Amino acid sequence: MRMNRIDKKFKELRRQKKKALISFITCGDPNLTTTYQLALEFDRGGTDILELGVPFSDPLADGPVIQAASGRALKNKVNLASVFGLVKRVREKSEMPIALLTYYNIIYRFGIKNFVKQARLAGVDGVIVPDLPVEEARELIKEARKGKLATIFLLAPTTEAKRIRQICSASSGFIYYVSLTGTTGVRKTLPEELKRRLRQIKRITAKPVCVGFGISSPQQAAEAAAVADGVIVGSAIIKVIERNLGHKDLVSKVAEFAGRLRGAL
Amino acid sequence: MIPNKKGYFGEFGGKFVPETLMSALRELEKEYSRARADKKFNQELRHYLGQYAGRPTPLYFAQRLSKKLSGIKVYLKREDLLHTGAHKINNTLGQALLAVRMKKPRIIAETGAGQHGVATATVASLFGLQCDVYMGTEDIHRQALNVFRMKLLGARVIPVESGSKTLKDACNEAIRDWVTNVRDTHYIIGSVVGPHPYPLMVRDFQCVIGKEAKRQIFKEEKRLPDYLLACVGGGSNSIGLFHPFFKNRRVKFIGVEAEGLGLSSGKHAATLVKGDLGVLHGSKSYLLQDKDGQINIAHSIAAGLDYPGVGPEHAYYKRIGRARYAAVSDDEALEGFSLLSEIEGIIPALESAHAIAYLRKIAPRLGKNKIVIVCLSGRGDKDIDIVKDVLKIKD
Repeated sequence: MRMNRIDKKFKELRRQKKKALISFITCGDPNLTTTYQLALEFDRGGTDILELGVPFSDPLADGPVIQAASGRALKNKVNLASVFGLVKRVREKSEMPIALLTYYNIIYRFGIKNFVKQARLAGVDGVIVPDLPVEEARELIKEARKGKLATIFLLAPTTEAKRIRQICSASSGFIYYVSLTGTTGVRKTLPEELKRRLRQIKRITAKPVCVGFGISSPQQAAEAAAVADGVIVGSAIIKVIERNLGHKDLVSKVAEFAGRLRGAL
Repeated sequence: MIPNKKGYFGEFGGKFVPETLMSALRELEKEYSRARADKKFNQELRHYLGQYAGRPTPLYFAQRLSKKLSGIKVYLKREDLLHTGAHKINNTLGQALLAVRMKKPRIIAETGAGQHGVATATVASLFGLQCDVYMGTEDIHRQALNVFRMKLLGARVIPVESGSKTLKDACNEAIRDWVTNVRDTHYIIGSVVGPHPYPLMVRDFQCVIGKEAKRQIFKEEKRLPDYLLACVGGGSNSIGLFHPFFKNRRVKFIGVEAEGLGLSSGKHAATLVKGDLGVLHGSKSYLLQDKDGQINIAHSIAAGLDYPGVGPEHAYYKRIGRARYAAVSDDEALEGFSLLSEIEGIIPALESAHAIAYLRKIAPRLGKNKIVIVCLSGRGDKDIDIVKDVLKIKD
């Protein structure tokens, strides 16, 4: 039986005593060709897992940077079918684990069973749904287990101990710790409680725990990685895309930034 | 009992929010169920509803309108006479008292027409709470009077530039604010939408409309009405009227949505009539969306109906056939607006004018002496500029 690429990756990283760099971009921002090139560049440059955003018209967990990225992708009419198509193409060249991040209505509308099936066929390894708490996720979890798709749930600074247990047990692949109360976006500093919270979570679960939201620089990535199994960087990467929109060297500039993140871990 | 413990009305409702909000929702659920059973809380709410907001509102027999409409008997539930000019204050008073109980010094709200924003700013001032209201720039432009009122009341109106720049986007921004400031902020949702317990809680606070109407119609007619009629955007005034009659099976419910420029134009807000099942702003219900699940932009001349979602309890009523939902266009609503103004001396909100317009359409089919209660959810002062512009074009 084939192991999920995400599990395999964390096993490998643990053996090497390394931390995971999870790079987030929105699929189709600013177009699908760029996303394809970025995916391959990320793989070459040491990104361990690609988190690929499927754009939604009303991304209420996201700050302005990722909202704008979703807007650009939606202008290109990017939908699940085009995302699966892109993942298939990336899979011809790369074994980098890929997790999709999208809002529940996108999956619900597509049909949960069909979503899991198409995701696996395309070579997707996991799914993150920021507006789907575990209580509402029974059907998705059931189907995902059958399809060997990891269900990555989020933990927040406000999650109580009892819920932490519940969420950790429903999660597979890794657990996504949201570093702060707020939406995605770059912040100047990491919250002070981060270390304490992560220690608390690590006492509860042996599964990998990665930190996202607000990580904006290689230094912050290193700081967060010191207490976690990996870091997720989204808005900071997309800001580099934003700055280089319309420029020929967009891909190399973004890849270079991801490389600096890798270097810091 | 609906909703169930998880906040489901049949298959509709639930709690679809970022994890960060789950503890706040649980706290709200707990505090609300405590408050609901607390005599002192209920006394206090009744006091403010009576002495501050002006309840009970009259159930007015609209004699000339009745005569004009084929001899049916039309009663208007006069929520337009409440302080701040609409039914919204029934809910904001309740939720502000809850915020005080939960020791949250700050409240936020989303608003479309500005009526909920004004009602929230009002209770913030009444209870000494800090208040921020999110409003789409499109709505800020068309409801300038209400923006000014909110500012006078000491609230900050935060313009929302994203998406369609209307109510849907104001909701997104309010949720983002709540995710960020959840520890000291209570989010006062203005309709029977959002994650559990909001659809339940807002419904309970709005049920005062139907409870009063029931008492009043018994006193007047010695029997229950045949029909209840109300406009549906998110659906709070209609649920407030309908719900207390839920078990009175002979009383028929009719909800009237906004058909905007026509159902086939794609520019409407008829979520129950034309929408599909989906998840938005915390609950599962009918939505206006495309084949990929992207939310469509709603359109209505009435800013308060301009929303691509609808409360889960309405979705449930539709599914089980307890209520019937229809839609009238912008033009028909304007006719309803003029009709009530001319014949009864009551200028209705454009939202409520939708209910009047639909009643006018179906009156000949209802039969003589049938008793109809229409919820007149708000007054039309806020809409004068819009109506003036449109009617001028028509002249």
